[in-house]
Amino acid sequence: MNFLLSDDQTEVQSAVRRYFDKALPSSRLHRCFDAEAGFDTELWRGFAQIGVTAIALPEDHGGLGLKLIDLALVAEAVGAAAAPVPFLGHALASLAIAWAGSEEQKSRWLPALAEGSVLATIAFADAGGWQPEQWSLASADRLLGSKRHVFAADVADLIVVGLAGGELAVIERNAAGLVVADEGGIDRTRRLFTLTLEGTPAERLPEGAVQSARLRDAALVLLAADAYGGAKRCLDLAVEYAKTRQQFGQVIGRFQALKHQLANMAVEIEPARGLYWFAAYAFDDVQDRAAHSAALAKAHLTDRALQLARDAVEAHGGIGYTWEYELHIWLKRAMLDYAWLGAPQEHRARAADLAGW
Amino acid sequence: MDLSYSTEYETFRGEVRAFLAEHWPPKGDEAALKKREQESRFRRRATEAGYLNRSIPKRYGGSEQAPDLLRAGIIREEFNRVRAPMEVAGLGMMMLVPTLLECGAEWQKEQFVARTVSGEIFWGQGYSEPNSGSDLASLRTRGELIDGANGPEWIINGQKIWSTFAQYAHYMFALVRTEPDAPTKHAGISYLLIDLKQPGITVRPLKQMTGGEEFCEVFFSDARTPAHWIVGARGEGWKVSKATLKHERSSVGGAAASRDLFLKLLELARRTPRNGKPAIADPLIRDRLVQLQGSVESHLYSSYRQLSMAGRGQDPGPVTLMNKLVSTNIGHDIARLARDIIGDDLMIAPQAEGAGGAGPEKWNNQFMGALGVAIAAGTSNIQRNVIAERGYGLPRDPATDKT
Repeated sequence: MNFLLSDDQTEVQSAVRRYFDKALPSSRLHRCFDAEAGFDTELWRGFAQIGVTAIALPEDHGGLGLKLIDLALVAEAVGAAAAPVPFLGHALASLAIAWAGSEEQKSRWLPALAEGSVLATIAFADAGGWQPEQWSLASADRLLGSKRHVFAADVADLIVVGLAGGELAVIERNAAGLVVADEGGIDRTRRLFTLTLEGTPAERLPEGAVQSARLRDAALVLLAADAYGGAKRCLDLAVEYAKTRQQFGQVIGRFQALKHQLANMAVEIEPARGLYWFAAYAFDDVQDRAAHSAALAKAHLTDRALQLARDAVEAHGGIGYTWEYELHIWLKRAMLDYAWLGAPQEHRARAADLAGW
Repeated sequence: MDLSYSTEYETFRGEVRAFLAEHWPPKGDEAALKKREQESRFRRRATEAGYLNRSIPKRYGGSEQAPDLLRAGIIREEFNRVRAPMEVAGLGMMMLVPTLLECGAEWQKEQFVARTVSGEIFWGQGYSEPNSGSDLASLRTRGELIDGANGPEWIINGQKIWSTFAQYAHYMFALVRTEPDAPTKHAGISYLLIDLKQPGITVRPLKQMTGGEEFCEVFFSDARTPAHWIVGARGEGWKVSKATLKHERSSVGGAAASRDLFLKLLELARRTPRNGKPAIADPLIRDRLVQLQGSVESHLYSSYRQLSMAGRGQDPGPVTLMNKLVSTNIGHDIARLARDIIGDDLMIAPQAEGAGGAGPEKWNNQFMGALGVAIAAGTSNIQRNVIAERGYGLPRDPATDKT
């Protein structure tokens, strides 16, 4: 019995951290954030080369056969770096095909997805709502309707789309009748798009209706992990700033008002890492607690992380409110983590139901 | 990462159950004994079986088991299930025993540890003074070494306060100023053990806002203790007292207690009617319960992680300094939600803690008691200083700089 990462898990996470430390200096992060197009091909390629796109995919299709916890650790590191890589959508779409696809579909798509040479994304939300039980886009060979809040749909080669009844289907790039429109998302490290489908051909994933709820749970865990990583970074930035900024002839971190604010922030987020660890562990190994702990982790961590990002801005003072300083990038990521796939309140209601209360 | 109960642990649970079925509640002649005697005999057997006092060496009355949080959890669950007594409670067990094991002289361990573990002797704590609360190191109770009729001894004068259950205690472990000329206030303090049953000592219980009397004032007027009843060297008392905090911080008890309290709150929400339904059916209550559950489970997994890392000699980081504040915050949140569930009963004075037959107003003890927790053993504001300064390396407060 232990509640620890293995050496391999620690190493994967460190590798991702090292990569972004080197490849994503503040200047490049700002450049990506401000750029017209949201996709940095070179950054994505280097990221995929670490092997992260293969992590949770089956070994017989080019994957590493690892678990959700391994993927979540990468999500934490991506969140900490505010990395403008379409990791979340790609990872979820790949899992959708791995879990719900036919053998033929898996052989056709997974090796390139594992490599990262083909980019995929996932379309959850539509007019019905975010959750598989709420999807309203009718299942058909040619789809008619729309999906919202889709990451990287402008550059994705494959889009896994959620359909009424919790079904899943795959749309290919440049499919007929597919219109992709930029939503003007606030988090410019993860641009959002609306898909308009005007008789767009789609290929059904046979096990979609069985797997989509589980896919949602995986997404909740990854969002929670991303939020935790981002929140920790906000805390680190605020602590670092408190140690260097001087006023009244001394560093401001000496003032108890700020010290206590920072301590309160730390207490809100630092112990909560175990919530996403456990949710990932439950997803992999304790089936009957998987759905509840995923909802709880997403609700708790994205809620705390967003408040923490706001607190961090306040702790910084004026510099934290500027566009040039990078804190707003994490604030906006926290806003996306909070809202994407349903706000905390929605998942708290689900968690209460799932707990049998 | 593996939180599963392997066969090994399921077997262990079976052993614990079999032990309890045989020994608690007491049977035969023992069923007629006084509760205190029953508990004392049971504890002795449970310790011999390796279930209680697991971190204490056998030669000092413990069962000396390897740290294993899953086993400890199984023992707690199974003992609670049949309401069997766990280890003796009190600050002697929490603070003095680990301190003696780490810093005490051999004769001190032999004379005091086993008797404390068995419940034969009970300790009060002599740290705070009326003018030394958060600034504990400013304490002024004096100890002067003299050659008495029975050999060298300390003569103690001054006053301690907030000594938990000192009215029932036989002895006190106390911080006393023995080196008034030391260069810093910390270096002037020694850690002394004192027999409370002597003419120079007066113990006066303090009534607290809940109506209970858990704390005392203790007055010393030429009280005496033998020269060798000192733990560590002269002037090392501050360091000795800090040695215990390390043990306190690594304890999983706080998180498990938070979870147990949360489960009681769930019960309250289930059985309290609200608009013709149980309160737990109310969407607002459900939302707040899940918010709390997020905090409670975070704390629990955080403690698992800390214990797992400590067991492998790894450093879990600043989170080890946060456990008290996290528990305190959860206690406040639970108190506030209970307040909103019990409704009008918030206006009713509760029976003193431990009294039977209490209604929903007994949650008022939590509502007020959570404030006590926020103050005792280092106030929440002191915890915040510690987290910021020791955990994140922020500079010391100017006022406390010169320590």
